[in-house]
Amino acid sequence: MTLLSRYLWATAGLSGFVVVWWLATVMTDLPAYLLPSPGAALAEIWEPSYNWGTHIWATTQEIFGGYVLAVVIGVGLAVLFSWLPALNAALMPLLVVLNMVPKVAMAPLFIVWLGFGIVPNMVIAFTICFFPILLTTYRGLLEVEPDLINLVKSLKANRWQIFLKIQLPGSLPYLFSGMKVAAVLAVAGAIVGEFIASQKGLGYFLLAQQNALNTSAMMMALAFITLIGVALYGLVLGLEYLVVTRKGIGK
Amino acid sequence: MTRPFVRLVGVTKTYHAGAQEFLAVRDVTLDVEEGELVSIVGPSGCGKSTVLSILAELQAASGGTVEIGTPDSPFTPGRDVGMVFQKALLLKWRTIIDNVMLPAEILGLPRRASRERARDLLEMVGLSKFADAYPQQLSGGMQQRASIARALVHDPKLILMDEPFGALDALTRERMNLELLRIWRESSKTILFVTHGIQEAVFLGSKVAVMTAGPARMAAQFEIDLPEPRTLDVKTTEKFGNYTREIYHLLGMH
Ligand SMILES: Nc1ncnc2c1ncn2[C@@H]1O[C@H](COP(=O)(O)OP(=O)(O)O)[C@@H](O)[C@H]1O
Ligand SMILES: [Mg+2]
Repeated sequence: MTLLSRYLWATAGLSGFVVVWWLATVMTDLPAYLLPSPGAALAEIWEPSYNWGTHIWATTQEIFGGYVLAVVIGVGLAVLFSWLPALNAALMPLLVVLNMVPKVAMAPLFIVWLGFGIVPNMVIAFTICFFPILLTTYRGLLEVEPDLINLVKSLKANRWQIFLKIQLPGSLPYLFSGMKVAAVLAVAGAIVGEFIASQKGLGYFLLAQQNALNTSAMMMALAFITLIGVALYGLVLGLEYLVVTRKGIGK
Repeated sequence: MTRPFVRLVGVTKTYHAGAQEFLAVRDVTLDVEEGELVSIVGPSGCGKSTVLSILAELQAASGGTVEIGTPDSPFTPGRDVGMVFQKALLLKWRTIIDNVMLPAEILGLPRRASRERARDLLEMVGLSKFADAYPQQLSGGMQQRASIARALVHDPKLILMDEPFGALDALTRERMNLELLRIWRESSKTILFVTHGIQEAVFLGSKVAVMTAGPARMAAQFEIDLPEPRTLDVKTTEKFGNYTREIYHLLGMH
């Protein structure tokens, strides 16, 4: 299938979804507070009292901030673990156990420690997407053919050369599969954080509108959250295309 | 008589697994003249790869003597070894020529000269057209040729090949055997060729060292006296049949 026809089909699928939604509002007499029409939801964009900009900006910062933090720390730790097996042996079991703790359940604790605002929600997004990145990258760094290591060691390659020329580029496909999983998790993490305690952000806005049964505004907030997630995912895909797919490295 | 380029005398290797000791190979005694192609043949697990890794200084022998190089042609570990394995082990994210360049990069050799040499080598292995292709665009045989070019790019004195054609189909394998003999003649390298194919060992080597398993040791050596340059016709000669039969017997196969 050509790229163009794939875009066309994707667009058709999305439009179809909106049309079905619209038909559902026209053909049934569901009240608007249960299912507002797409048009009614879209019209909420122009309501100035909603302060969309503030909420979108807050949520975007939390998602991207937590995500970037998770990539930096996850990859950094994975590299350290691959260099220092003792460190890996000491910390990996601990991290696996910590990963079992539901991140959502830790949110109240983060709020106690870090107060209200963007930072605790960023941290929740971070904790929820850090582990998959660490794990996939670590695996990618170790997944090297033993004979390839023998080959370069027979040339007396030093550890740094082995890392830069073989391990790191070899781990990129793994890193990106972790980053794609994490992109979805980061969005969930930030929103859940906002649910628990916050004064701005799209998650906060959702709860506030729920009390008013303002379903159309909630729909629009969901659409914005989705757009932020899609933007993040798209960025990751673009980056993956540049450094992995274009060079023909897949797993 | 001149000194051989590689001299192994009574080499043993013991692996330790906890308190357990495991004698992987013993009695490895072998001379390889400079510019000679010697085959090592034996069943899997008899220690062939272990011998090569000792020569490549990937691990030390537990006993015996290992000498490589002569006064006229000194040997520098790291600098003078080229290795080829059963898998081509090309880096997927590098073009063929950049793969061939890898040893030159690791050794810090001058870039431009190495690149020129890499091009020449690709020409020699018949891959000129694929210099800028990525490995996965090449067939298994072509990938293995690229890995041979990679083993030669830093102009090492000793080439160690560990079952390099073991994963190829029978026809490609025969073609690669001929190709290797040509490359060997053109480059006049000293080559140690490990295989578990008896026919392949006899066809390629001017000498064949036979290793047996349980106990793993070097059991015998045969000087292979066949007409040079060797062609596939050699395989139909009586002499060739006699050599292979003798080795089969030695390995306990009748
Ligand atoms: N690093 C190692 N630790 C322990 N045993 C090993 C190691 N490498 C090889 N061996 C053992 O030594 C023997 C010889 O192995 P190897 O040299 O790979 O044989 P071959 O290449 O002829 O198949 C085998 O029994 C193998 O299991
Ligand atoms: Mg082996």
